[in-house]
Amino acid sequence: MATTYTLISSNVLSSSAASVTFSAIPADYTDLVIRLSARADGAIVNVKITFNGDTATNYSQTYLIGDGSAASSGRQSSVDNFNPYGVNASTYTANTFSNAEIYIPSYLVSQNKPIGFFGVTENNATSSYIMPSAGLWRNTAAITSIGIAPNSGNFVSGSSFYLYGISNA
Amino acid sequence: MAATYEKIATTTLGSAASSINFTSISSAYTDLRIVWVFQAVSAGSNAGLRFNSDTGNNYSYTAITGTGSTTVSQRGTSNNQCYFMANSTAATSQLQIFQTDVFSYAGSTYKTLLTTYSGDLNGSGEVSSIVNLWRSTSAVTSVTLLFDAGNMTAGTTATLYGILKA
Repeated sequence: MATTYTLISSNVLSSSAASVTFSAIPADYTDLVIRLSARADGAIVNVKITFNGDTATNYSQTYLIGDGSAASSGRQSSVDNFNPYGVNASTYTANTFSNAEIYIPSYLVSQNKPIGFFGVTENNATSSYIMPSAGLWRNTAAITSIGIAPNSGNFVSGSSFYLYGISNA
Repeated sequence: MAATYEKIATTTLGSAASSINFTSISSAYTDLRIVWVFQAVSAGSNAGLRFNSDTGNNYSYTAITGTGSTTVSQRGTSNNQCYFMANSTAATSQLQIFQTDVFSYAGSTYKTLLTTYSGDLNGSGEVSSIVNLWRSTSAVTSVTLLFDAGNMTAGTTATLYGILKA
């Protein structure tokens, strides 16, 4: 029986890095899942996700955010990356990392690609967030690479990134 | 090694339809996961599911939703289906996602579901987290994914996975 949920690639940082890229993603699966645990060395940091190296304004997103006292929602259209949340930054409690799952269904389909995201930045302080987000990459090409980067500074050592393929065949 | 995450069944619509059925679900797993990638045809439809063809008022839900400008939390009790999304947007060309986990589906207690809806439509959008309850002690043996008004487009895909703890 074919394995349904397969690790394609992983990257656990042993030193700081400005970005992580999963490249040469095979066309063997139905959906992709990224699970990440990350911290960055900047003061206020968002994570940026791009597909196939596309940095044109082909991304949009709608998000819901709770900070422990209030909930709000926002959206962005025609931006040059999918940036659904902030990773734990240098101002956060030491040794805490944000966690997130990014679900990309039908990554081979010749339609625009939807993205499901759920991330948290709990760090036993007042600046903690929970954020589900919906994204869209307006491109009909199959996804063959995924870039993940902080918008400033670097991901710190110990940050981990795992890419899985899910097959419904 | 036993597989932990297995496909049970998958359906891709060859033509527009208002529902997708998974039947004869075995009790071999611990939890179920449903991944539903769709385009809605009609505005105002409520999307959700029923178990074991139960159309009684045995379902309830609590949801939190962001629309890009507002947030809202809603709940409903004694409904005749699980609700994942209310008032679909018509005829969008963008794919949308439901990811649903059904916990302890073969047990003899009421069944809890946790669903995430992700629908950015390039100009509008919505994201929701929804918990549903089916007040039945029966094991889940069938699932009907449905729109209560209008259809999903051809190409809509739904896959049922089984998750095993042992």
